[in-house]
Amino acid sequence: MKMNIRHHLNDALLMSYAAGSLPEAFGLVVAAHVSLCDDCRARLESFEALGGALVEAEPGAEMGEAALAQVMARLDGTGESQPARAPRKAGILPAPVATYVGGDLDSVKWKPIGMGVRQAILPTSRRATARLLYIPAGQAVPDHGHRGTELTLVLHGAFRDATDRFGPGDLEIADEDLQHTPVAEDGADCICLAATDAPLRFAGLVPRLLQPLFRI
Amino acid sequence: MLLEPHTSQFADGRRLLRPYVAQAKGIAVASKGIVALSQEQETDWSALMLAVRDGRDRAAFALLFRHFAPRVKSYLMKSGASAAQAEECAQDVMTTLWQKAGMFDPARASVSTWIFTIARNRMIDMVRRDRRPDPEPAPWDRDAEPDQAEVYAAAEESRALTAALADLPEKQRSLIQRAFYGDLSHSEIALETGLPLGTIKSRIRLALDRLRARLSES
Repeated sequence: MKMNIRHHLNDALLMSYAAGSLPEAFGLVVAAHVSLCDDCRARLESFEALGGALVEAEPGAEMGEAALAQVMARLDGTGESQPARAPRKAGILPAPVATYVGGDLDSVKWKPIGMGVRQAILPTSRRATARLLYIPAGQAVPDHGHRGTELTLVLHGAFRDATDRFGPGDLEIADEDLQHTPVAEDGADCICLAATDAPLRFAGLVPRLLQPLFRI
Repeated sequence: MLLEPHTSQFADGRRLLRPYVAQAKGIAVASKGIVALSQEQETDWSALMLAVRDGRDRAAFALLFRHFAPRVKSYLMKSGASAAQAEECAQDVMTTLWQKAGMFDPARASVSTWIFTIARNRMIDMVRRDRRPDPEPAPWDRDAEPDQAEVYAAAEESRALTAALADLPEKQRSLIQRAFYGDLSHSEIALETGLPLGTIKSRIRLALDRLRARLSES
């Protein structure tokens, strides 16, 4: 399926992902978007080429005297390893997301978080949190701001907020300055992959009380 | 000159490669014209890597090791590994190069880029103690035989990038380097240099723009 993607990864995210410094949860959103977006895949490859050029330009640190001999000796015992089977997408879930879910959308263990909205936290390192969000058509996600960065990738349906419309494959990058109320478009339920590096900050009282409970 | 060969950088490799080319049967590709780069008198790391991939050529591996292992080691140390960790890890990375040689595709990446991605993944395990989910492989990754023109274009791009990087003013190059693989976030760079965060971000953007401009000239 060819997607008409209008909202892409920025240089900072692609560079950090290429460099390997993003927390796992953000890396998952980047990997999922790149799986859907040929433009960002090409930009990612050029940042990796930049990494290669930087390594090439390194002055080099001297290796131990016996290093080459040790490695050469090790080669005798090591054949050629077969590449692991590449993960495949499962329905609307891009391959990296399907890997974390362990299957397609039917395998997601949703938990209701109020107003028909459901979420499933994915198992990543605790430096940041990744979750799938299910927002019924026409429903708003409670008004919230962010202490850190929030990435939201649309996998199905679409949502709108004060900034724009986000459809399948689109990525919204929200920082602490954005206080927004995403609303799922009428017609189709909206399913997103979101990552946050700090708890969301809800404007209303009740959601804030529930935050620790739901890890949102 | 943008594409002037970096003679000092490649001097050793060239000296080593000449007798090697004379004896090697491993570089079968030479006869097909891939080694066009040798006109520029630079070591053709791709050809050596193909000799490892297709001929399990140990002499070619040794040349790759001498060039890349020390570079991988200093990359790892700049990313926060201790000297001992970096030494061990650089050896692992080079062993992986031998084991996964079958996955090397000169149409997609230069040897330095491929080695960088292997080293980066080990660094994430070892230094960051985190994981990095990979994208789904592109459909064209499964193509069996790369086009010779693509192989040549990829090598050209890689050389142009190395040249453009070398051509950047030292301050810009070091900023890209630190933003790219120092263990420093932008805010930590700001702390160290005393420059406000907004300035750092715009300077990194400027450095990247300049790099792009250099590349489009070439």
